[in-house]
Amino acid sequence: MRITQGTFSYLPDLTDEEIAAQVAYALGKGWPCSIEFTDDPHPRNSYWEMWGLPMFDLADPAGVLYELNECRRAYPDHYIRLNAYDAGYGRQTTALSFIVQRPAEEPGFRLDREETSDRRVRFRLHPYALDRPQGDRHR
Amino acid sequence: MSAGRWAAGVIPYAEMGYWRPDYQPKDSDILAAFRITPQPGVPPEEAGAAVAGESSTATWTVVWTDRLTSYENYQAKCYRVDPVPGQDDQFIASIAYDLDLFEEGSIANLTSSIIGNVFGFKALKALRLEDMRIPPHYVKTFQGPAHGIVMEREYLGKFGRPLLGATVKPKLGLSARNYGRVVYEALRGGLDFTKDDENINSQPFMRWRDRFLYCMEAVNKAQAATGEIKGHYLNVTAGTMEAMYERAELAKELGSVIVMIDLTVGYTAIQSMARWARANGVLLHLHRAGHSTYTRQKNHGVSFRVIAKWMRLAGVDHIHAGTVVGKLEGDPNSVAGFYDTLRLDKIAADPVKGLYFDQEWASLPGCMPVASGGIHAGQMHQLLHYLDEDVVLQFGGGTIGHPMGIAAGATANRVALEAMIKARNEGRDFLAEGPDILRAAAKHSRELDVALSTWGDITFTYESTDTPDVVETPVSS
Repeated sequence: MRITQGTFSYLPDLTDEEIAAQVAYALGKGWPCSIEFTDDPHPRNSYWEMWGLPMFDLADPAGVLYELNECRRAYPDHYIRLNAYDAGYGRQTTALSFIVQRPAEEPGFRLDREETSDRRVRFRLHPYALDRPQGDRHR
Repeated sequence: MSAGRWAAGVIPYAEMGYWRPDYQPKDSDILAAFRITPQPGVPPEEAGAAVAGESSTATWTVVWTDRLTSYENYQAKCYRVDPVPGQDDQFIASIAYDLDLFEEGSIANLTSSIIGNVFGFKALKALRLEDMRIPPHYVKTFQGPAHGIVMEREYLGKFGRPLLGATVKPKLGLSARNYGRVVYEALRGGLDFTKDDENINSQPFMRWRDRFLYCMEAVNKAQAATGEIKGHYLNVTAGTMEAMYERAELAKELGSVIVMIDLTVGYTAIQSMARWARANGVLLHLHRAGHSTYTRQKNHGVSFRVIAKWMRLAGVDHIHAGTVVGKLEGDPNSVAGFYDTLRLDKIAADPVKGLYFDQEWASLPGCMPVASGGIHAGQMHQLLHYLDEDVVLQFGGGTIGHPMGIAAGATANRVALEAMIKARNEGRDFLAEGPDILRAAAKHSRELDVALSTWGDITFTYESTDTPDVVETPVSS
């Protein structure tokens, strides 16, 4: 399966050149970029691991691409996403977030059903990746 | 005020103190702009004074009991009357109301004054409430949107693009099981939300509880198929508050991220559901069912920009606010005014957009506008141009009517949207190049390719009824 979180998951994976164009857009708006990675793609997993701090003072997309490639080298089998943050008054939230690396195989999710009373079913989303220990999930 | 002011009998409203051209509105006053069409022979100042009087302290004759009050504080004051260019019989009356006239945090109370009796007043042929300035002093007495745009995006984990939705069709007649099928297909295909229609409540062909159970199975399956958070606006509109709470509670228990109500439930019910939504962590979607009965005609009723303000105060997270390009009424400038009113924190008066007053929301959360009705993937560049990013684009027919099926229709919309956002961010002139951008995206998406050949050139080009006219407006291309 293909996880469709992020702004551009329905397009073919972005090339580094295309990623740099999105970074340039964000930096042009004054939005610092950050890189995060995980091997737990549950949609309620808010806190992916941070690849360093948000790059507040970085003005050149090449610098962001350099860090992204370092992260890719360190975590070749993880999901990696690139975020741009708008600290503007009244917004103060993520402005753009898209996946820039996926594991070669995305095992997806199992949907567990627990039948309860009155025809109600309690659903539980279980990422297959979690069946293996952290760090060893997408090999 | 002369002693004659208090003689028993009938005197003009203007002489009773409701026409005050010298009055300087206070920062804390609530201001209203009314479009008045006086009966022949009634001077506009008197008509404006009459509106001020009838929407505040006045009755038709002099009453001595006014003298037991500090009446000058409580009288609304018509402080300006301006002719409407090109409409000989119409005027814009600006009226100021003291803050003391209104109960804190009550849309019902506000509207019982401002639009209570006065719209049936015989001295006027027609009356329209065009806009209001709600001062921060009053704004701060309301809860505002249960979550707001920022919290909604963080809750859903969706950033940097409009959200996508679809209303399940046909709107009436599907059984609960079949209905849930449409929800599942649309969500797994790529939409973020599906939606009950305004008149789907609990009818003989599908009772509410059955619908909720099947829809939530569909939502959960779609989340597993995509790894994304999905939602279905479960419409909890019902005949009583008790029934609405009962339905909302089940929606929450089943894990729905959002519930929905119709404007027809009334202002107080909307405020109650907004409190419930904040307390329970569930987003609140409002369908503006019925609004066109009073918002559409330019000379009588209430402008939608006023309804938008009331609903942001009342506390809904989503409200339908027009598409510009779809099948329903919506002049581009007016719609831009509605969207600004819902989304921004400080809005400057702009007669071109129909905004009569500056409006400050004092950090009240923004309300997500929803564009729905006759829109399709082939218009994505126009939708992004007119409506920008913080909006839910709802493609009902444009999803479900796709020749390859519902999921394919959803995918077509999502591919078109993402391609357009990518192009915009790359600095391309996406409005002019829109059709090319879509065609290029369709090369790697058969779903979009088929959508474009099915609906590519469908447009609804009718003249709008409700257009700003107090200044000359630029002609849109």
